[in-house]
Amino acid sequence: MKKITKYVLTDILRNKIIIGYTIFLLLISMSLFNLEDSSSKGLLSLLNIVLIIVPLVSVIFSTIYIYNSAEFIELLVSQPLKRKQLWGSLFTGLAGSLAFSFFIGIGIPVLLFAASATGYIMIAMGLLLTVIFVAIAMFAAVIARDKAKGIGLAIFLWLYFSLLFDGLVLFVLFQFQDYPLEKFMIVASALNPIDLSRIMVLLKMDTSALMGYTGAVFRDFFGTNTGFIIAILILFSWIVALFWWSLRKFIRKDL
Amino acid sequence: MIIANNVTKRFGKLTALNNVSVTCNKGECIALIGPNGSGKTTFIKSILGMVVPDSGFITFNGKNIVHDWKYRSHIGYMPQIGRYPDNMTIGQVIRMMKDIRADKTGKAVDESLIKEFGLDQLQQKRMRTLSGGTRQKVSASLAFLFDPDVLILDEPTAGLDPLSSEMLKEKIKSEKEKGKLVMITSHILSELDDLITQVIYMQDGNVQFHKKLSDLQKDTGEEKLSRAIASVMAKN
Amino acid sequence: MNRLFYIVAGLMMTGMSSFARTIKVGKQQQARTIGQALSIASPGDTIRVESGIYREKNIVIDKPVVLLGIDYPVLDGEHKYEIISVKANNVTIKGFRIENTGVSSLEDIAAVKIYSCRNVTVSENIFKDTFFGIYSQSSANCLFENNKLTASAKTEQASGNGIHCWKSDSLRIIGNTITGHRDGVYFEFVTNSVIWRNDSHNNMRYGLHFMFSNNDAYISNIFRNNGAGVSVMFTHGVKMFNNYFEENWGDAAYGIFLKEISDSYIIGNKFLRNTSGIFMEGASRVRVEKNEFKDNGWAMKIQASSMDNVITNNNFLGNTFDVGTNGTLVMNTFDHNYWDKYEGYDLNRDNIGDVPFRPVSLYSMIVEKNPPAMMLYRSFMTTLLDKSEKILPTLTPENLKDNFPLMKPLHL
Repeated sequence: MKKITKYVLTDILRNKIIIGYTIFLLLISMSLFNLEDSSSKGLLSLLNIVLIIVPLVSVIFSTIYIYNSAEFIELLVSQPLKRKQLWGSLFTGLAGSLAFSFFIGIGIPVLLFAASATGYIMIAMGLLLTVIFVAIAMFAAVIARDKAKGIGLAIFLWLYFSLLFDGLVLFVLFQFQDYPLEKFMIVASALNPIDLSRIMVLLKMDTSALMGYTGAVFRDFFGTNTGFIIAILILFSWIVALFWWSLRKFIRKDL
Repeated sequence: MIIANNVTKRFGKLTALNNVSVTCNKGECIALIGPNGSGKTTFIKSILGMVVPDSGFITFNGKNIVHDWKYRSHIGYMPQIGRYPDNMTIGQVIRMMKDIRADKTGKAVDESLIKEFGLDQLQQKRMRTLSGGTRQKVSASLAFLFDPDVLILDEPTAGLDPLSSEMLKEKIKSEKEKGKLVMITSHILSELDDLITQVIYMQDGNVQFHKKLSDLQKDTGEEKLSRAIASVMAKN
Repeated sequence: MNRLFYIVAGLMMTGMSSFARTIKVGKQQQARTIGQALSIASPGDTIRVESGIYREKNIVIDKPVVLLGIDYPVLDGEHKYEIISVKANNVTIKGFRIENTGVSSLEDIAAVKIYSCRNVTVSENIFKDTFFGIYSQSSANCLFENNKLTASAKTEQASGNGIHCWKSDSLRIIGNTITGHRDGVYFEFVTNSVIWRNDSHNNMRYGLHFMFSNNDAYISNIFRNNGAGVSVMFTHGVKMFNNYFEENWGDAAYGIFLKEISDSYIIGNKFLRNTSGIFMEGASRVRVEKNEFKDNGWAMKIQASSMDNVITNNNFLGNTFDVGTNGTLVMNTFDHNYWDKYEGYDLNRDNIGDVPFRPVSLYSMIVEKNPPAMMLYRSFMTTLLDKSEKILPTLTPENLKDNFPLMKPLHL
């Protein structure tokens, strides 16, 4: 398993797209920190990158990589290897290299310019989102045989988590306006890793808004240490559940 | 050595394998022949565990291959299209395969094809820069690298230049003589003539016949494999 | 004849003052207790109280005297009594440490209570664990200066106000520090008074609670981290200058809560990190000028019942939402402010943006109606909603806009 992971990692890290992605993130975070008057404003602008661009690139790159490695996967499946190991290696390789890119591109600038609790949480959330969206990509790639369909599914899932889900939440909020929905909102946020990460960062950042209003509920739940641990556990269970699901599919898949 | 028992596989409505039962033994060299879409590749993939049959089972040395993966260390497989991680060099790919398989077999590696094809001079070339033929050479070298008991070759000579094609055939012949089981699919029947001992003919997922080459020649009265097959097809 | 009368009267006055005595209170002094001293004192006398603990139940001051503490003598109410009752004009109480009043849910027990008097001065005292601190009832022209009032309120019911003024006039409340009470300063029916340089923080309810009190001014005070901020209600003619309103958190906490206020001024204040900087309900003709709103949840929330207010020359920086409102018809003006969310341009370089700024975002209106929508704050979804609303306003109030938004923040 380690060996294959090593080979996948070296392959991806030499990939031009990954290098470009790293440089892109690095340029963006450097320029944001240098242009904005305060590091907290820089962090705020970076938040959008972390919540939108990072998942998008992670999911698309991983899906395409899996499809492009179809023959390679085939070759290795015909070797005396467990499929579980192979899939695990691919996952570790993809997640590891994309997380590495993220850490170089955003993590290090944040550590240099805005080393605060907010900054650390943002790095942690970015890393977790990267891994979650790699898992989503592998899920999409294992479900759809056709490359175009698979990439379509991956993009749709990204769109769902970053936009459609929130639209649905808004819809539900207005449909059931007269009911107390605070608890529902907590559950809803756990159902979307992007929302959950955003709330975790905002709780450290925009304390004013979230603390005051409904925020009180979120603050009582996620703002405490227990809540923080719960949120991290939820994000990890996203990774585990998605990967486990795709693994089950992969083990039974005809290549 | 390999026994397939009533293996059936469907892809949606299409029946790729229909109750296929085949027995393959050591020292045989079997040609798997049939029109496009007759189920040859699916059958090979079933043996390799890449396709899981809907019903029936396959045994390798008497053991069912379902949920097993160790038996594959006795198989050398050369796929129809060999694609490799774009950014790796030939040397890295070979080293990686050695890395993966080395501790599993413990046998000495057979690098004769690598030398014959001159791949050792191309060690530093990245896979994405290679021509189709060179990729085939890599695939072939990898299939023979670990001196396996069984060789499964899917269209081995497609895309190879005549010289290399001849080298590969020589290699197959010598391996067969060592008493190994060799399975070949090919469209170019003429080149199989002096290699094979048996023929499996498949059509629409069914095994039409599984005969010794000599029996086939006797039945059809044709010396050449291609002509023999053609006359069988004409009869059908 | 008249002139002679004045001369005689003048002589008598100076004569009286020269007769004014100093009575000392202490273990080795002529008076052992303040009560004794008061009983022998004549109007105009000074009573000097030496340090020590005095448990005299209720001290009633019914003569115009100066009560002076030396090295902060302690007046202890033993958690039972109202400590000092002032029932005469021209009384001064200075330099005491006054602690442990009674607590009652029926009466307003205070450390110092002034009953319908004039010219009373309470200064430089330390109040500790009192129910009400200084209580002015139907009094006028009093001065409460540089006192320190600390209580440890646990619930609103079991705590009183720091400085409580009712039906009074011309009070001066200057330089006091009030913490841990129910309301820091409480004004009801108090007119023509000034609240200046006080620091009111960590009180249970309001830092300043202000009702039916016309023509008052509060200037350069600090209101920080009070349960519900500052509340100013049912009043006209209030001047609120140069105050700090900071860190008032909670779903019903405000920098200032204005209800039914008219003809007033809010000028030069700083609103920092409040859930809502200013909340206006039924306010009219209020001028909000040269204030800084920074890092608040809402800088201003203006209910539709407010009209003819002028909001001008303010800085709006780093607020989650700049302006929130619950209606679509808005009759207030918002011109000439600096908004850090403004994305317009200034082609003629006159420091005034060429396109109007709309401080109410669609998302803020959604949150107003549906608070749990706060969960979607800064999400892709709400950003898109706001952008589309900016291009094509449909739901946000059409005339709530700054027609002359400033390009650079003002130096405030």
